[in-house]
Amino acid sequence: MPRQTPLNAVHRASGAKMVDFGGWDMPLSYGSQIEEHHAVRRDAGMFDVSHMLAVDLSGAEGRAFLRYALANNIDKLSVPGKALYSCLLSPTAGVLDDLIAYFLREDAFRLVVNAATADKDVAWLTALNAQRGQMISLKPRRDLAMIAVQGPNAREKLWQALPGSRAASDTLKPFASTQFADTFIARTGYTGEDGFEITLPQSQAVALWNALADVGVRPCGLGARDTLRLEAGMNLYGQDMTEADNPLESGLAWTVDLLSPRDFVGKAALAGAARTRQLLGLLLLDKGGVLRSHQTVRTAQGDGEITSGTFSPTLAQSIALARLPAGVAPGDTVEVEIRAKPHAARVVKPPFVRNGKALVS
Amino acid sequence: MELPANLKYTESHEWVRSEADGTLAVGITDHAQEALGDLVFIELPQVGRTVKAGEAIGVVESVKAASDIYAPVAGDVVAINSGVTETPEQVNADAYANWFYKLKPANPGDTGKLLDATAYAKVVGDA
Repeated sequence: MPRQTPLNAVHRASGAKMVDFGGWDMPLSYGSQIEEHHAVRRDAGMFDVSHMLAVDLSGAEGRAFLRYALANNIDKLSVPGKALYSCLLSPTAGVLDDLIAYFLREDAFRLVVNAATADKDVAWLTALNAQRGQMISLKPRRDLAMIAVQGPNAREKLWQALPGSRAASDTLKPFASTQFADTFIARTGYTGEDGFEITLPQSQAVALWNALADVGVRPCGLGARDTLRLEAGMNLYGQDMTEADNPLESGLAWTVDLLSPRDFVGKAALAGAARTRQLLGLLLLDKGGVLRSHQTVRTAQGDGEITSGTFSPTLAQSIALARLPAGVAPGDTVEVEIRAKPHAARVVKPPFVRNGKALVS
Repeated sequence: MELPANLKYTESHEWVRSEADGTLAVGITDHAQEALGDLVFIELPQVGRTVKAGEAIGVVESVKAASDIYAPVAGDVVAINSGVTETPEQVNADAYANWFYKLKPANPGDTGKLLDATAYAKVVGDA
């Protein structure tokens, strides 16, 4: 029996098509996923992301613990509320998960991790904490719900829907957060648009969802979430990076801090890690189908493989992320095998779309 | 769910309409378009191709999935509807108004083996 978020009944009452996602019963779409996609690019849409897990870390040694646990450097966060994207690496430098870390206070940090990996992550962090001499106290927050409001008008709509929230959050910079009453508001997202991710007590989730709907925010499902994040060039854990891939081959070198002298899990392995592959974008040049994960990509430097592919509603063209041999460069033309037939695709540097604008053509 | 009684159906979710000229117009059912979601690509067989009953002869792709389309009976493809390949989304809007291709059946009696609306409703669990 898949798990349900506090918004499950609301999704079902709206006629959403539901799917099992990482053990959760989640909305795929409420009708047309392409229209949901456009709503986020042009106006405002909302996603139930309560299946993701917030894990609160408390204790004076929180920063020291995260300095060791995360591949990105928590010391980049010096102002309370600021957020950092990072991988959680295994000792062999495989990607265990990707997450956002929030610096709340010197004795309080919050990690937000993926749904399918949440239990594994908590077990991993608990074991790491034990190994490091119980530096922190870990608290998984299954009592919280999360709603992402995304799009050029998303912030304005939240301010209309949640009285008092404007004054609390209108000066928030991207990748910053604040607490407003029971509501944790972060200017982050997974769509390539402006907006907020809002974490709040489960008991308040339905009221906020309905209030957002009342001011014209369109409910969007996981289908639109996937096309939006792929256009934005953002990796999906389990597809574009896994425990079998190191971050340097997954387009995530920018998130791995190798410059500071600190030690962290996976650092030693990264020094000798392979860099024979790279994650790049593909744009299908003909209308001969749709790029999908596991399709073979033939390049002058050898074969690669698509890790995520879809039809881009913004570009009206098929796009993909693909793991390709080192040496392949943006601008190259490659061949993708779709149903045993070769189709030309151009290699591009992601993102494909940001803030409503196409970045490739 | 809409299931016109004047059409025949297949277990693989095609609908079949007998035309006045003896050919069969073939499309995908409302159930199929609903299950696939927003259609973005349709590949049809070449006109003139001889097909076997149950043969995979085309593809429909939505944003999230790809699915084969199958010949309901044996015959020759005599026409294709380029309207659906140019704007696949019109199939989402009205699955029964948009035929994909027309088939001249090898044996006109073969349509008797296809499902009627009541039998197809059972296939999709709507009976």
